[in-house]
Formats: sequence, C-alpha cells, structure tokens
Amino acid sequence: MKELVVVSGKGGTGKTTIAAALAALVSEPVVADCDVDAPNLHLLLDPKVQDTEEFIAANVAVIDPTLCRACGACELNCRFGAIGSDFVVDPIMCEGCGVCEVSCPYNAVQMRERLSGYIYTSKTRFGPMAHALLLAGESNSGKMVARVRELARTLTETTEKELIIVDGPPGIACATIAAITGSSAGLVVTEPTVPAIHDLKRVLSLFQHFTIPVMVVINKADLNLRKSKEIESFCKEKDIPVVGQLPYDPIMYKAVVAGQTIIEYAPNHQLSTNLQNLWEKVEQQLDSISRST
Amino acid sequence: MKIAIASGKGGTGKTSVAVNLALSLRDSVQILDCDADEPNVHTLLPLTQDQIQPVFTMVPEFDETKCTRSKNCSAFCPTHAIFVSDQGITFFPEICIGCGGCILSCPSQAIQEGQRQLGVLHQGMTAPGIEVVYGELDVGEPFVVPVIKAVKDQAKNSEGTVVLVDCPPGVSCPMVESVHGVDYCLLVTEPTPFGLHDLRLAVDTVRQLNIPIGVIVNRAGIGDQQVFTYCASEDIPILLEIPHSREIAELFSEGIPFTQRMPDWQSKFRELFQVIQEGIRK
Ligand code: SF4
Repeated sequence: MKELVVVSGKGGTGKTTIAAALAALVSEPVVADCDVDAPNLHLLLDPKVQDTEEFIAANVAVIDPTLCRACGACELNCRFGAIGSDFVVDPIMCEGCGVCEVSCPYNAVQMRERLSGYIYTSKTRFGPMAHALLLAGESNSGKMVARVRELARTLTETTEKELIIVDGPPGIACATIAAITGSSAGLVVTEPTVPAIHDLKRVLSLFQHFTIPVMVVINKADLNLRKSKEIESFCKEKDIPVVGQLPYDPIMYKAVVAGQTIIEYAPNHQLSTNLQNLWEKVEQQLDSISRST
Repeated sequence: MKIAIASGKGGTGKTSVAVNLALSLRDSVQILDCDADEPNVHTLLPLTQDQIQPVFTMVPEFDETKCTRSKNCSAFCPTHAIFVSDQGITFFPEICIGCGGCILSCPSQAIQEGQRQLGVLHQGMTAPGIEVVYGELDVGEPFVVPVIKAVKDQAKNSEGTVVLVDCPPGVSCPMVESVHGVDYCLLVTEPTPFGLHDLRLAVDTVRQLNIPIGVIVNRAGIGDQQVFTYCASEDIPILLEIPHSREIAELFSEGIPFTQRMPDWQSKFRELFQVIQEGIRK
C-alpha cells in the first residue's frame, strides 16, 4: 500500500484541485481529505456518506455553580486562561487537562467528553473516501487527521486497493505532522511567489525533519518564470525532484464552479495533459521510493 | 482598535489585505502576524531592525533523587507524556501540553517547572509608523498556539493605534486564538464554491465569539455569484471587492503589495477602514 500526501505550506496554491485531479487519473484510488479544518475536496468528489462516526478526543471542564465557593484554586492553576472571573469555564480556551478538577477542594469541577467533530466513510465516483469535519474552534486536529488516515488505510485493505491520495492541511504544525508521518511520500504544491517560496522552504524542512521523501510541483508556473527557476534551482540543490509545472489558467476556477476535476471538465485542455504527465512522474517516484525501502 | 483579518480557506489574500491596509493607513499601525506556521507579512514588508526572542512552553523537570515512584504524575498526565517505572522516569516533551498537572500531583516535590523552546518572536519597524510582530514556530514542533499567544501579547492597547491581526487559515484553535478579543473581523474570501464553503465555516466561528464581521471578496470576477447571494441572505456587508487581475498577482509574486504600484487603491482601503470604524461603533 502506498500513501501520497498532497500538501502546500501556504494555502490557496491549488492543493485540493491537484489532489482531485490525481484522484481522477489514478485507477482505483482511496481518497482521504485531511484538511479537516476547512475541507474542500468533497465539493469536487461529491461523496455519498455511508457511515458517520462522532469524534471525541478530549474533555472539557464544567464547574457546578451550586458547589463552587469561588476559592480561586482552579483559576490559579489553569495555565490556559480558561476559567473566567465568574468561575465559568470558557470551552474555547479549555484544553481539557483536568488540572482544575484536581485543584478544586469542593469537587465542583467535572470533566465531560467533548465532541470535536465527525468522521465520514463515503463512496465517490473514483473510489472510497475518508473525510471529516472539525467543529469550529476545536483543537485536536492532529488526532483527527490521524483517525482519517487510519480509516483510509482500513478502506484500502478491505477494498484491496493500492494507493491512498491524501489532501493534506496547510501549515507545518500538528495537523500537517499527523498527515505526513509514516506516509510513502509528500507532493508539495507551490507557486512562484515570494510568500509561497518562503512557506515551501519551511514545509520541505518539515519533510526533512521526519525523513519522508518529498517532491514538488510548481502551479501557476508562468505567473513568474524567474521565481519558478528559483524554485527549480533550490530543489535541485536539495536533491528534491520537481515533478511538474502547471500553467496559470483561470479554467481551474471554472472546473471548481462546475464541481468537477479539471480532468473531467476539460479533458483535452493543456492543463489536463500536464496533470497526466505530472501523475506519471509522481508514479515513477513512488515506485523508486518503494523499491529503495 | 484591533481588527482581525481571517478566512477559512488559505490563500484567499488575507496577508495582502492586512499589508495593503497598513500601507494605506500609514500611521500608528501594528501588524500582528499570527500565522506562526507560515508567517508571510515580513516577506512583503521586511523588518528594518529585527528583535528576536524565543517563545517557551512549560515542561516538567524531574528530580530522580526525590522521586518515590508514586506514579501520580503519569496517572494524571492527559497526553501520556510521562512514563514511570522502577528504572526511572521517561518523558516525551513533544507531546506535553504544559498543563502543570504533574507538578501539582507529585507528593514529594520531585517535579519543577522547566521550559522548552517552541519558536521565536520577531518584532520591528517595517516603515515609519508601521510595526510588524510575527511568530515563527520551530520546524517539527506541533503546538502553535503558545507562539500565537506570544504574538498577541505584544498588541499595543493605546487609543490611537490600529492593530491588524493576520490570522492563520482554518477555523480551529489557532484561528480562534488569533481572532479572540478583537473589535472587528474582516473575512477575506474568493467567489468560488471553495471560498463560499470555508467562508460559511468562518462566519459560524466568528459569530460564536460575538465579533462584528465584514467580507472582502478577492479575485472578484472568477467563479460565480454564490458568495454574494450568501452574504446578502446572512446580512453580512461586503466591504470591498478586489478584482481578479494578473497584474496584482504578478506584483504579489515579486513580494510587492499592490497599493504601492496602484496608489488609487490606497483611498479605497482608507474608505474601508472608515466603514469598519462605523461597524464597530454600531
Ligand atoms: S505538564 Fe501536563 S501534559 Fe506536560 S507532562 Fe505534566 S501533566 Fe503531562
């Protein structure tokens, strides 16, 4: 089983559009949307939900006002500023650690399970899909990403598939770490802009930190050819393969509006040909990675 | 006055809006870049002098000689970061959330408060009248929220200062931490189904915090009309539309804020600021 994680560091570089196009090009993939904070892949893949599970990964403190004597012990010991001056817990700030519960001399604090979101098992026109929705303001997106990946692996086994395509989260913190650790390889979608190059370098060092193979695709490459060259030479120096360059074309947006992948929306367009070539290069990389491990 | 610039979806133009608004106001502005995973403000507005300081989180420090193997700490630890055996104590700092519960639960005062670096804070002027503060999470560290808090702690509270908070994407805890406590929230979106989907999530989140909202539509002209229909039906004002333009995109690619080359836009951003002020007073 192979697992390719599409990430970007910076948001809005075309990560989801490209992940969806790969899902359309690969024969019989399993798809996982690990951008649980702001998932978008379902808007292109139109999953039919087969199963929903509640995701509970943490607790939240609740103070019983009839038992509370306002002694202030919980407020003093809470390091997350979650206890308001009126001894009501702010669930947004609460990390669910339970320090207040053990600090309270009057047993007024109770820890309750907290619903962080939902995890879905679905069917799409390309294959099975695991995805999720994190509720607003919730933490634990890392744990949720890990759960979505676990589900995708189970789906791969039960349906005897070989490849998982993961649409990863932006950034480099817990959710991204949870999305890439233990995967076969990462595909970083970048664009030739000063901010995106800054973010690319950080996300590439994250892959290096966890020693995970990685490759790069430059989206909107002709927006700034000089910056695209800069990305190429940086990657060459670091021995990271650049597996494709895609043109800047508003047809991307049109396909999104139509709720389709580029491959379906404009099969004969240059972009679709480029994506096909991209997938061939990615496949070669994945093969050589699996041979060397 | 504190204004957050947020969005559910990444790459809609938050940073561009924050930077161009700052350049248009030009005086007594402070930008707090809270996207400590991938801070970008300084790539458009380089700091002339950069003061750097580390950001720490609390971690326990164990004194093995005092430890009586009660195992109270490991029983308490919500993330199972501590493992106590007869041979000694094993501690996994990268999963410790720094709650301090282990210190409280130790019967023999064998645990002290130590610290561990999570990232750094940068602070400096970028132009006369514009200060930039940004956090930078160390690569490989999972917990970004303490770095965001360190950035927000630098917010100027003086009456005349306009504090612009550039938020991380998404709607989970880092975004909420960044938006928390501001007077107004600008949500930047693009008129596509992706933009609309994530805008809805962001609106639901910011409404829970009781903060007034205004929307900026970036890349207007691409996509469809649904963002406009949604905002009208939810009674959310659209304060500014920035057209889809190759010229703006090319300037951005070079790291140039577009108002510097298209000065007419500065008055539009100043008008935007007036409308926000009225929105806060309401
Ligand atoms: S501070 Fe909290 S999370 Fe860290 S080791 Fe102690 S109990 Fe565990």
